[in-house]
Amino acid sequence: MHSLNEMRHQFRSAYEESQHHIKVVIGLGTCGIAAGGEKIWEAVSRYIETHGAEVEMMSTGCIGMCYAEPLMEVHMPGQPRFIYGNVKPEAAVAILQKHLAEGKPSPEYIIAQDSRGYEAAANIVKLEETPFYQGQVKNVLGRCGIIDPDQIVQYITFSGYEALEKVLSSLTPFEVIQEISKSGLRGRGGGGFPAGRKWEASYHSPGSKKYVVCNADEGDPGAFMDRSVLEGDPHSLLEGMAICGYAIGADEGYIYVRAEYPLAIKRLKKAIRDAESMGLLGNNILGSGFSFKIQIAAGAGAFVCGEETALMHSIEGKRGMPRVRPPYPAQSGLWGKPTNINNVETYANVPGIIRQGAAWFASMGTENSKGSKVFALTGKINRTGLAEVPIGISLRDIVFKVGGGIQNGKRYKAVQIGGPSGGCIPESLLDTPVDYDSLLQLGAMMGSGGLVVMDEDTCMVDVARYFLHFTQEESCGKCAPCREGTMRMLQILEKICDGKGTPTDLDTLESLCRVVQSTSLCGLGQSAPNPVLATLRYFRSEYEAHIYDKKCPAGVCVELLDIKIDADKCKGCTLCADVCPVGAISGERKKPHVIDADKCIKCQACMVKCKFGAIAKG
Amino acid sequence: MCDCSEHVQDMRYVALDKMLDKYRDSNGKIIPVLQETQDIFGYIPEDAIKTIAETLRIPSSEVYGVATFYGQFHLQVRGKNIVRVCTGTACHVQGSGKILEKINKSLGLSAGKMTTDDLLFTVEPVACLGACGMAPVIMINEDAYGRVSPDDVPEILARYQEKDGEVKCIA
Amino acid sequence: MSETTVMINGIPISVPEGTSILHTAQKAGIKIPTLCFHPDQEVKANCRICVVEVEGQKNLMPACATKVNEGMTIKTATPRVLEARRTILELILAHHPQDCLHCVRSGSCELQEIASEYDVRYNRFPQVEADLLLDYSSPSIVRDPNKCILCGRCIEFCTSKQTVNALGLAHRGFDAQVVPSIGQELFESPCVMCGQCIHACPVGAISGREQIDEFMTVAADPEKIVVTQIAPAVRLAIAEAFGADRDQLQMGQLVSALKMLGFDHILNTNFAADLTIMEESQELLERIRNGGVLPMFTSCCPAWVRFAEVFYPDYLNHLSTCKSPQQMFGALVKTYWAEKMSIHPDKIFSVSIMPCTAKKYEAVRPEMTDSDYSDVDMVLTTREIVRLLQMTGINPLKLKETAFDPWMGEYTGSAVLFGASGGVMEAALRTVYEKVTGRVLEELDFTDVRGMDSLKEATIDLDGTIVKVAAAHTLGNARALMDEVAAGTSPYHFIEIMACPGGCIGGGGQPITRSNVQREQRMEAIYVEDRSKTLRKSHDNHEIQMLYTDFLQETLGHRSHELLHTQYSLKRKNP
Repeated sequence: MHSLNEMRHQFRSAYEESQHHIKVVIGLGTCGIAAGGEKIWEAVSRYIETHGAEVEMMSTGCIGMCYAEPLMEVHMPGQPRFIYGNVKPEAAVAILQKHLAEGKPSPEYIIAQDSRGYEAAANIVKLEETPFYQGQVKNVLGRCGIIDPDQIVQYITFSGYEALEKVLSSLTPFEVIQEISKSGLRGRGGGGFPAGRKWEASYHSPGSKKYVVCNADEGDPGAFMDRSVLEGDPHSLLEGMAICGYAIGADEGYIYVRAEYPLAIKRLKKAIRDAESMGLLGNNILGSGFSFKIQIAAGAGAFVCGEETALMHSIEGKRGMPRVRPPYPAQSGLWGKPTNINNVETYANVPGIIRQGAAWFASMGTENSKGSKVFALTGKINRTGLAEVPIGISLRDIVFKVGGGIQNGKRYKAVQIGGPSGGCIPESLLDTPVDYDSLLQLGAMMGSGGLVVMDEDTCMVDVARYFLHFTQEESCGKCAPCREGTMRMLQILEKICDGKGTPTDLDTLESLCRVVQSTSLCGLGQSAPNPVLATLRYFRSEYEAHIYDKKCPAGVCVELLDIKIDADKCKGCTLCADVCPVGAISGERKKPHVIDADKCIKCQACMVKCKFGAIAKG
Repeated sequence: MCDCSEHVQDMRYVALDKMLDKYRDSNGKIIPVLQETQDIFGYIPEDAIKTIAETLRIPSSEVYGVATFYGQFHLQVRGKNIVRVCTGTACHVQGSGKILEKINKSLGLSAGKMTTDDLLFTVEPVACLGACGMAPVIMINEDAYGRVSPDDVPEILARYQEKDGEVKCIA
Repeated sequence: MSETTVMINGIPISVPEGTSILHTAQKAGIKIPTLCFHPDQEVKANCRICVVEVEGQKNLMPACATKVNEGMTIKTATPRVLEARRTILELILAHHPQDCLHCVRSGSCELQEIASEYDVRYNRFPQVEADLLLDYSSPSIVRDPNKCILCGRCIEFCTSKQTVNALGLAHRGFDAQVVPSIGQELFESPCVMCGQCIHACPVGAISGREQIDEFMTVAADPEKIVVTQIAPAVRLAIAEAFGADRDQLQMGQLVSALKMLGFDHILNTNFAADLTIMEESQELLERIRNGGVLPMFTSCCPAWVRFAEVFYPDYLNHLSTCKSPQQMFGALVKTYWAEKMSIHPDKIFSVSIMPCTAKKYEAVRPEMTDSDYSDVDMVLTTREIVRLLQMTGINPLKLKETAFDPWMGEYTGSAVLFGASGGVMEAALRTVYEKVTGRVLEELDFTDVRGMDSLKEATIDLDGTIVKVAAAHTLGNARALMDEVAAGTSPYHFIEIMACPGGCIGGGGQPITRSNVQREQRMEAIYVEDRSKTLRKSHDNHEIQMLYTDFLQETLGHRSHELLHTQYSLKRKNP
């Protein structure tokens, strides 16, 4: 077998050599691009070109700090890497100028320094000491934001493909499976099924043709950890899949990526090409006799394809509808062949486990949930972004320590975890450790790891309605309870939000939840009632306020809003009357105005316009 | 309007045939075929479905079933610029509903009418775009815009409207 | 196979390993409701009406798709199960038209039956209907997409069994629909009009095109002489519909009933079946002797003919040029019979009574006018006749027998066999054998080509000429045989194809048939009738002999070609 060692050695020397150059690194994941990262790139490269500056530019994936995007990093030889956030194009150029001219960081946009390997600069917080980074561990995200995802050389430099090499040269397939089992790794896509047991089932399935499938159809709204790995460190996935292929006896793999991730697809394609050209994928990998090729199947916009049987139908070119299990994919999967299917984060954990050992991995986490988990922090939270934490950390720590608490000093109301299949967790349960089993007990689930934080201005009935709207639209229509039931649940929730709900509606809603949950064919339907059940369990009073008092306590449900002018505050400026699209506001100049509730369409344009805070909703 | 629409259409079907050649002996490639078809036409015309079925020897009912199953495929003509408004949870919580409302109002569209009469814009509420940290997010063609507020909408749309005068003929 | 013992509602029961909960419960005497389940199809488990409680399972389990294992504890009658089933019923009903009273399937609707059993007296959900257009494009089949409950049974038959793929599932979620081809009307799709989707449908979403009103208008017209032909597979299905044993209803009783319904002259498609054998067996022999195109396929099934025209247009010369018995009959009734009866063909309104929906289409094919008139003016299915009899209160079982009208009423056992798959083959072999060898055939039953097997084969030695034949039913099997022909590997000389399972006895126009078991019983009744006939070979039919002497002169002669043979053409449809 050929060894990668010498090559890695060369790459490392070259890498160290490159550390003597001045570098500007810009995060160009989808988040970075959405925040304007490409404009920073353009401005900086224009500057470099026109001034003939000797500066290298490099793009990386997401470093996880979405809240500070666009991010720019400047690395001067011999100095720590300085990380700047919320950068504008002009500011980026100024920062670079200051570095070039004075050799010093700009205090204005700096958020941290990565001083690993260098002497830290004074007065600038170290990256690992920022509140966002404290408490995080970087296993899966270790290379994201550090390496250029398009450069296989950089992946190899940072221990890439070491695990594959180890497996091929010194472990039997069954030993690999034992190692994964020992590590306690559970599927990171939702259900949390032990990965080792899944692999073993495929391993034992008879047949010479088997498949490895990666579920990269990260469909949960509010989840983007897989995208970050695909965009920031695609080779870690390829390596994990190849190891799985070796373990179960498969020579072909498919990555099913959702169509909404064009950048991820582009980077994966390049990664596959590069790995093939270096003999790390394809025929006779590293001369070991093991062959494994990977293809990409792009999804076409169907949430239900996150369900494994639906996903496989979709790869086969059919309508992505689930089927009854058994048979499980391990027995009869893609094109009827034994298939192992895991999600991106699960595979991306594999090289680390093989390299550093099952015991290392199992040392993190709780009794039954080992390792670390990446969460996507979004919603009304101060620090939105991706955080990888040891499993078992409390929700409170994630939201308030890592995430920095609620935006604009508002009060926390709930965190939605697990996407449309998950539930909402109230303040009183914030100290729950985040692991697979504890969350299930609360009526939520780990899901793929989306955490959407909600504040006092969020209406929980509206949230339930939102999720039902989502699942109803995404129901494939195959089984009656999901197809018909989700639509009826949505209908009732809409009725409640519109102030037309009756007490019977709550009974019907609960009955529907029970039936849809226990009779639907696949996970989508079975978990569709979860957002309703969880909000009913923890926020029942909000439902009751809508139904009995015809009030939306959070002031979200438009039909229940009462918009009034406070006569004491109103100066009679007439601006509100001018802006009202339906002529519902009347009053003499310089005298308090009034709103005709019958005419008012609750557009709230007047509220925005009023300079005196005289118009309030309630 | 130029009078080259007949000619343009032919060229598209030529492109379709050429593309289908690649897939002639492939099994289970309906989805990539439809994706490429949509790249050629901007949507998936009925006649293209017939051509695909005939060339690849797949029942047309199956091709149609797949084309109507996935949210990405459109069987109606679409505008030149596709405005995708993310309706993911994070965006929803951060007010994507108001963004969609503003865009529709600016373009004179509604939930039932998603494409402008001049075929310049099609507005599509979409499932999560996965840029939740930047919520609310919209994407116009390949360009992503994060932390959008309703007030930004006219300015963003204007960038795509300006290009209108340049190219009249779609060919 | 080893036995498994499970507890069902507290009672132990043993069943073979791998049995579903549904069948286990059936054996225990417990009925579990089903909608998407069909005994002759794959398990789909999408209606979820059959859910039961299984100890140790968090969710309810679909009885159709869950296999029992040793020690399993199943509960089928708990409040939780009943809440689930009733809620699902409410959900389905709230998205389904409420016009049961005048629905074509009232009384034979599976949804109606279960709703009644489950005492669904009100619905918690407001009625939502899609208001989709009804599809009347086909002469044979009517689709009411509003009634569809998306069980998928029609699609499975159309795709898996028939490989026609006229019907498919489109759109998704609450908007999902069963649509023809790419969402057009059924007649624009490759539909061959076999009508098996009608039997597959548990509700009234797909039904036969009915012409009862038109028939009554014609029957009331004193200027018209209504002449009918009745096909061999009809009698036993009518007996079934009146709750009698299949051999209890005599042909003569049916003749009496039809006379009461306003048919002026009752003749017999069986007569034309015997005629078909005369012509077709001669055609086969000539093809064999003169090196003609082989294998030759039968052409009496119009759904099969259309299937060949749509999917195998390059191989149409493999089809026998013989018209189907219905159309041979139609061409003769307005020529030969009119002459014999001294009735002006202008006055004749020719109605055929068929177990088949595709016959309605066959009758309106533009080339079917060789008598210079429309050869067959109207086709009524068995279902429509049953309805007419019910409407008029006529129970044929109670009637005395009347004889068929002369000239085209006599038939042999061979003709009767046409009703079952393999029957045309068997009938042809009886005649071919005697024609070629000149000897009397002693053993008439060619059992190799009988029964419900999908492909039946036989080899016959005709004094040194070895003839290899096959009979297949359902079009998926026809496709396999056609593909062999296309590949040049077909070992056969003569192949019989019937589109419907079991042949015409399982036809699309028969009373709603829920399983192949029923079809097999009908087949048996066909063999009983054949054995009961004194004359069992087509060429022994006296009226046929008379037809040749008086009118046609010879098989495959000039007149035969004019009236009894036809040509086929490509039917361009979206495949």
